[in-house]
Amino acid sequence: MGISLYEKVFNRHVVRKETDTYLLYIDRHLVHEVTSPQAFEGIRMANREIWSKNSILAVPDHNVPTTDRNIQIEDPISKIQVDTLDKNCEEFDLLQFKMNDQRQGIVHVVGPEQGSTLPGMTIVCGDSHTSTHGAFGAIAMGIGTSEVEHVLATQCLIVNKFKTMRIIVNGDLQNSVTAKDIALSIIGKIGTAGGNGHAIEFSGTTIESLSMEGRMTLCNMAIEAGSRVGLIGVDNKTIEYIKDKPLAPKGELWEKAKKDWLDLVSDEDAKFDSEIEIDGSLIEPQVTWGTSPEMVASITSKIPNPVNCKDKTVTSSYEIALKYMDLKPETPINQISIDKVFIGSCTNSRIEDLRAAADIVGTKKIAKNIKLALVVPGSGLVKIQAELEGLDKIFKSAGFEWREPGCSMCLAMNADKLGNGERCASTSNRNFEGRQGQGGRTHLVSPQMAAAAAIYGKFIDIRELN
Amino acid sequence: MEPLNLHKGIVIPLDRANVDTDAIIPKQFLKSIKKSGFGPNLFDEWRYLDHGEPGLDNSKRKINKDFVLNLARYKNGSILIARENFGCGSSREHAPWALLDFGIRVVIASSFADIFYGNCFKNGILPITLEKTIMDQVFTKVQNKVGYEITVNLEKQKIYDDSEIAHFEIDSFKKSCLMDGLDDIGLTLKNKIDIQNFEKKYQEIFPWLKGG
Ligand code: SF4
Repeated sequence: MGISLYEKVFNRHVVRKETDTYLLYIDRHLVHEVTSPQAFEGIRMANREIWSKNSILAVPDHNVPTTDRNIQIEDPISKIQVDTLDKNCEEFDLLQFKMNDQRQGIVHVVGPEQGSTLPGMTIVCGDSHTSTHGAFGAIAMGIGTSEVEHVLATQCLIVNKFKTMRIIVNGDLQNSVTAKDIALSIIGKIGTAGGNGHAIEFSGTTIESLSMEGRMTLCNMAIEAGSRVGLIGVDNKTIEYIKDKPLAPKGELWEKAKKDWLDLVSDEDAKFDSEIEIDGSLIEPQVTWGTSPEMVASITSKIPNPVNCKDKTVTSSYEIALKYMDLKPETPINQISIDKVFIGSCTNSRIEDLRAAADIVGTKKIAKNIKLALVVPGSGLVKIQAELEGLDKIFKSAGFEWREPGCSMCLAMNADKLGNGERCASTSNRNFEGRQGQGGRTHLVSPQMAAAAAIYGKFIDIRELN
Repeated sequence: MEPLNLHKGIVIPLDRANVDTDAIIPKQFLKSIKKSGFGPNLFDEWRYLDHGEPGLDNSKRKINKDFVLNLARYKNGSILIARENFGCGSSREHAPWALLDFGIRVVIASSFADIFYGNCFKNGILPITLEKTIMDQVFTKVQNKVGYEITVNLEKQKIYDDSEIAHFEIDSFKKSCLMDGLDDIGLTLKNKIDIQNFEKKYQEIFPWLKGG
């Protein structure tokens, strides 16, 4: 019987098998400032060494300001965290793109961009959206700080094997429907716990037709479906994307690697613990209305009425969510008007996302009711590319602010925040209470939908724009 | 890490599903470079009526009198119960650090998010998964009895009040680490030779991955 992609990659990395667990070898360790200080401290305290310095790529992203980088970080506590990463990388001699390096950016944008993410790898980072890198046929997963320390010291993790789930999406996407909409509609269907304990492989003709950027967006959101690992088989698009990236193999090694990588797909007769099929052609632009990514609806529909839920826990969570969001049951999605717009985050801040958003903006201006519209590129290199293409000018003349790269208002650890009660169309991945600022209200959407929301001041069906 | 085997404590009911890590410990507190001191800010946005920031004197803040953690009857509680998908969201270990710092040693829910679940064990917190119907019963009992306590026996994988409530599942490795308070880095490093041998072979087969 054939085996799945997840198992193929997993089996390559098993150092030892114990009764319930495996000691799994880790190829790549991405590090950022928030979840690493305590791990480095642990290494120091125990007098341990770092097993493989070359496996590490570090970059500050969560705390960095998105405004002028020549001024020091204003928040003294944020500054300590970024400085601590600098110090740790210097002390242990690790590759880091510092805040003012043009290669700096969100760790999950930087990894693939540098060719630091390669097919067949095991990749970890103290960040749940590490699932992003699974788009390259890798096992990539978020870990906690104790595990960060474990990988630093041993290059291994003690893990259980996940169950496998395959989500097959077939059919042509409608015009203006994106990978983000696929992700949100899947989460709406299986719930935020739907993928718990599973590695989700996405396949089918719709997935094949996605660009690498789109595939990253989809795998990025696997964790919002509860799955630590999301992955997609390797094809020529994967190879093309990696080619010539700074850290990708070159010459003879490249040829060898390529041959190996093209085999990184699930066998035809592979068995999965569960399987779901979705008709990609039916997916409409999605907007979340609540405080969990599973509280999502199509642009053409209405907010559900909690009284109609069969399960009383669901009724009460819907009620709590609607109260927090200050929304009434059965409000049509296209009647929700907004105050702020955020285009950015590791979900949707790559060049393709910015192009798509700029395309919607064109020569139009943002609506009067929009207090702030931010575009935050995922990395310094994305920013440079966008500026070469003149995208920054499109955004700026429409009234958007064009910022320096980082996590920014995805989690509002820096100065970019929603005020109490403000409503935001956001291309990020989490709409939890307070995520973008205390009392802030987040609606997750695609970059195109966010751009349109900025122009029209409310959510509109972008399919009707053309 | 403090070992955990037999634990008896007052139960705190948090009757919500999808309690996320942003709720457990909001991001502004993630700026600390330490592992301790997060307890006063556990569930900060639900527990206080004003906005919390690191360094504030929490005793001077306005508290939300209705939130369970602020109710006298649950004072000194060490067992938190909640609904499904507890701990969803980010990988921040600050979430279990905050629970532990507050005094929580056991969390019982009908399901957990994977990363949070694993992070608990690294910090001496036992997450227990019970069926929804049993969770309903426990929630009712807590409501009906002030000072309701549960005893957890990890070795036997059982929880009790006056009588047995349920048996729970847990994998043997996690169980023994928690019971003995083991440092798993130390354990892994006992296999150093295995890792080195693996690495050598691995780099021969996949030379393009060598040294990143
Ligand atoms: S952009 Fe948002 S989700 Fe992504 S790593 Fe940064 S904070 Fe996390």
